[in-house]
Amino acid sequence: MNFETIIGLEVHVELKTKSKIFSPSVNEFGSDPNTNINPIDLGYPGTLPVLNEEAVNFAMKAAMALNCEIATHTKFDRKNYFYPDNPKAYQISQFDQPIGENGWIEIEVNGKKKRIGITRVHMEEDAGKLTHGEDGYSYIDFNRQGTPLIEIVSEPDMRSPEEAYAYLEKLKNIIQYTGVSDVKMQEGSLRCDANISLRPIGQEKFGTKAELKNLNSFSFVQKGLEFEEKRQEKVLLSGGEILQETRRYDEKTKETILMRVKEGSDDYRYFPEPDLVQLYIDDAWKERIRSEIPELPDVRRRRYVTELGLSEYDANVLTASKQMSDFFEEAVSHGGDIKQVSNWLMGEVSAYMNKHYKEIQELAITPEALAKMIQLIEDGTISSKIAKKVFAELVENGGDPEQIVKDKGLVQISDPEQLKEIVNNILDENEQSITDFKNGKGKAHGYLVGQIMKATKGQANPPLVNKILSEELSKR
Amino acid sequence: MADISKEQVKHVAHLARLAVTDEEVEQLVDELSAIIDYAEQLNELDTDGIEPTTHVLDLKNIMRKDEPKEWITQEEAFKNAPDQQDGHFRVPSILGDS
Amino acid sequence: MSLFDHTIKEIEAKLHNKEITVQDLVDESYRRIKEVDGQVHAFLTLDEENARAKAKELDQAADTTASLFGIPGGIKDNIVTKGVRTTCASQFLDNFNDPLYDATAVQKLKNEQAISVGKLNMDEFAMGSTNENSSYTPTRNPWNTDYVPGGSSGGSAAAVAAGEVLFSLGSDTGGSIRQPASFCGVVGMKPTYGRVSRFGLVAFASSLDQIGPITRTVEDNARVLEVIAGHDEMDTTSANIDVPKYTEALTEDISGLKIAVPKEYLAEGVAPEVRESILEALKVYESLGATWEEVSLPHSKYAVSAYYLLSSSEASANLARFDGVRYGVRSENADNMIDVFKKSRSEGFGPEVKKRIMLGTFALSSGYYDAYYKKAQKVRTLIKQDFDKIFEDFDVIVGPTSPTTAYKVGELIDDPLTMYANDILTIPVNLAGVPGISLPCGFSENGLPIGLQIIGKYFDESTVYRAAHAFEQATEHHKKRPQLGGAN
Repeated sequence: MNFETIIGLEVHVELKTKSKIFSPSVNEFGSDPNTNINPIDLGYPGTLPVLNEEAVNFAMKAAMALNCEIATHTKFDRKNYFYPDNPKAYQISQFDQPIGENGWIEIEVNGKKKRIGITRVHMEEDAGKLTHGEDGYSYIDFNRQGTPLIEIVSEPDMRSPEEAYAYLEKLKNIIQYTGVSDVKMQEGSLRCDANISLRPIGQEKFGTKAELKNLNSFSFVQKGLEFEEKRQEKVLLSGGEILQETRRYDEKTKETILMRVKEGSDDYRYFPEPDLVQLYIDDAWKERIRSEIPELPDVRRRRYVTELGLSEYDANVLTASKQMSDFFEEAVSHGGDIKQVSNWLMGEVSAYMNKHYKEIQELAITPEALAKMIQLIEDGTISSKIAKKVFAELVENGGDPEQIVKDKGLVQISDPEQLKEIVNNILDENEQSITDFKNGKGKAHGYLVGQIMKATKGQANPPLVNKILSEELSKR
Repeated sequence: MADISKEQVKHVAHLARLAVTDEEVEQLVDELSAIIDYAEQLNELDTDGIEPTTHVLDLKNIMRKDEPKEWITQEEAFKNAPDQQDGHFRVPSILGDS
Repeated sequence: MSLFDHTIKEIEAKLHNKEITVQDLVDESYRRIKEVDGQVHAFLTLDEENARAKAKELDQAADTTASLFGIPGGIKDNIVTKGVRTTCASQFLDNFNDPLYDATAVQKLKNEQAISVGKLNMDEFAMGSTNENSSYTPTRNPWNTDYVPGGSSGGSAAAVAAGEVLFSLGSDTGGSIRQPASFCGVVGMKPTYGRVSRFGLVAFASSLDQIGPITRTVEDNARVLEVIAGHDEMDTTSANIDVPKYTEALTEDISGLKIAVPKEYLAEGVAPEVRESILEALKVYESLGATWEEVSLPHSKYAVSAYYLLSSSEASANLARFDGVRYGVRSENADNMIDVFKKSRSEGFGPEVKKRIMLGTFALSSGYYDAYYKKAQKVRTLIKQDFDKIFEDFDVIVGPTSPTTAYKVGELIDDPLTMYANDILTIPVNLAGVPGISLPCGFSENGLPIGLQIIGKYFDESTVYRAAHAFEQATEHHKKRPQLGGAN
């Protein structure tokens, strides 16, 4: 029997507002434990939530970028459950009136495009963070409590782990472009749970699904789903039954491991949050947010190909990260040649970023400096080879390329008289090479060029050196 | 009498994270049944088409600006904590239960 | 005559004339507490050191114009006070010695230089009508200590009635200010929902809870509400509506006032002497130029059911935070997490609180939500509409606060449904969200106070106060004092 795989994803994205969704504590990753908290975050008796307007704006922006319909009337609900990281024992969430519904994004796998539906996008608050000690205790840091979250629930539209991977990449890309989140899985600002089930091809009814948790990277999502696909197939083929269960992906064994079997659905006793009031989102508000959404990656990619003449491949690489793409745009706007800027970004800049594990915005080089440096190459002030030295300085310490070239004396020597003198000095010192050259040993020419470049610390204009050297050699 | 079983009482007690003795279960079966019985009178009323009231005031879109504010120190956060260590609230390991 | 037999206005004059000092006032408060609180048990925690220090400081102050300058008051123990233990009369919070912040209402009192002398007893987490659900020694009625003071703000009402403080703050979810005010012969106001910030009020039922003042006179009451009312950015449900000068509304002229008297409020369940007292009060109103008509609140008989479902449901979520993780008493018998939750909660909560949490959890649980919670919310709409309709034609609604006078201690402890049903006259007011006041309008044969309830339109506390004040000034009930501890 052949099976079809059905996958749906639930993605949580933290919104990077300055303060938390229901309290004025700083919303920041990486602070000392339990420092970005106040009595509201700790669920102290008598405290009340007050909604952060920017959290709504950000959620709306993300939902719009995911092509959702935005609710005109929405509200918050209490989702009740006890857990040590959940200080009120209810999470303020949205139950039956999410801010966004019926969205979609387009993915591409093996050259085939496909739309994946988004059921809903809703707002909620994040919980604190639990760490499990080896000492029989768990430890709680409430800094994360109250960070604004959106939960993005997809339709069960994905048919392979590869599609799930592509969906996540695309989702991350879009959210990153809207600027409402860092979408960094390693910092937990993007988290994913996956639902997967199998059904015999041709059957309409979905099979029983398993939920995968603890998926710490996109590739673990894919690997976990691949494992789960095989596991479920084996169970079904052997006449077994899939239980509705929660499993976690173990990165070491590369297997999914049973956490618990679900008995019926959880009873969260949702009810409308009486401490908050209704939200009405009118057209003016919606339009204001819509107008703030920047150009999204698909549009930008198309524009790079059709208007800027970049290859599909280059356009893809450049737009894969908003920061990279913005850097590119800015460098070009400062007069950098499109193709050259693109080459430098995909070449030297990316190599440096990979080597040092840095993001482009963390580099000292500015888009303007890159553009200027490229102009210096083009007008012959520096050679491409010297440019690498200039770049090395720029990327580490920043600054103005022209000034660097000047300070370090890196200006290309293009004065024929000056070069002629240098060439003759070298020739005088290398009688043997002249003899070799005359005897037809071509290598000697190259050796002499090398000596000249060495003497000029690489600043001699290479075509001119070649020309003058040939002339001077013929005179000897 | 409203039909609330011992099993239901135990389930609800678990949802509410209350430990109940068998004796308390018996008593709660009676007490809750009596209250629910009494509440059944609401079914005399036809409420089709009536909007439920969550808020008596017609307030909407009350929000604050996205401005962070300092309030308490880490030390204060632990002032009433039953157990803490190294800047964390401490509880018995949650692995295995919740 | 005690210093506390004067109104706040009179005390203010005495302070300005330097007849008395703030320290005299605070002395009087603690003197009286020491004298009678062993019988009354109104206080759970005294804040004597701070109060005396503050009094000393105020006696040096150049500016004495604050509207509650040096006035000693008490705070119900479900309203948080920075640096002062706040227990909600629950063993769970027995060690909650510093809530870290002041409730907005407390902060506003401080801004006007009132002095808090301590925290007042109550039914645990405000669940109860007698104070017998306090996990500490329950408060007794100052008029007769064999009787309950009512609840849940029993300590707040008793402390004022016993002359321990000049005012107190209470909270009212289904009658918890008005009913004890009625039982203790004092004035208690539940303002319009949203009038006073709930920030710092430990939530029982968020959509019903309101903080309000309890005082000896209507004028004092208006003065305190003026201070604590108003919009608060920390409470989304507090209304952004200007607070009128309530004290300026007390004109004594109520000619033309249109009073509605719901027939349900004088029906069979109401004790004859209470009914008599109300009919007497209506005669007083007639003599003052007001008119009254009988009306109906047809859905009021459903109010108690709807109230218990809604308030218990909200409470089941509001009280879930008491889990033994961040504050409160963690069970010593818990060695795993599930037991930290279950044992801390079971050992920390009293039976009434557990019962209501169970009821609320049940009403919200899967399969029952529509039948109970949502149904009750719809009935709430009908009750609200009843009030809206009456207020199209009338200025205020008048009736008793409670169908009876105070119960004997232990009298209704085994009959919870009767006790619940006795809140029938106060509960509809919370469900509708309108303001209501209780003030003394007579005494029963056995010398216990009877309360008159005046209910007003949304945010029209001014008219309620005006009507209450006119009645008070035309009668002598408010001048009677309980005979406690000999003095007074």
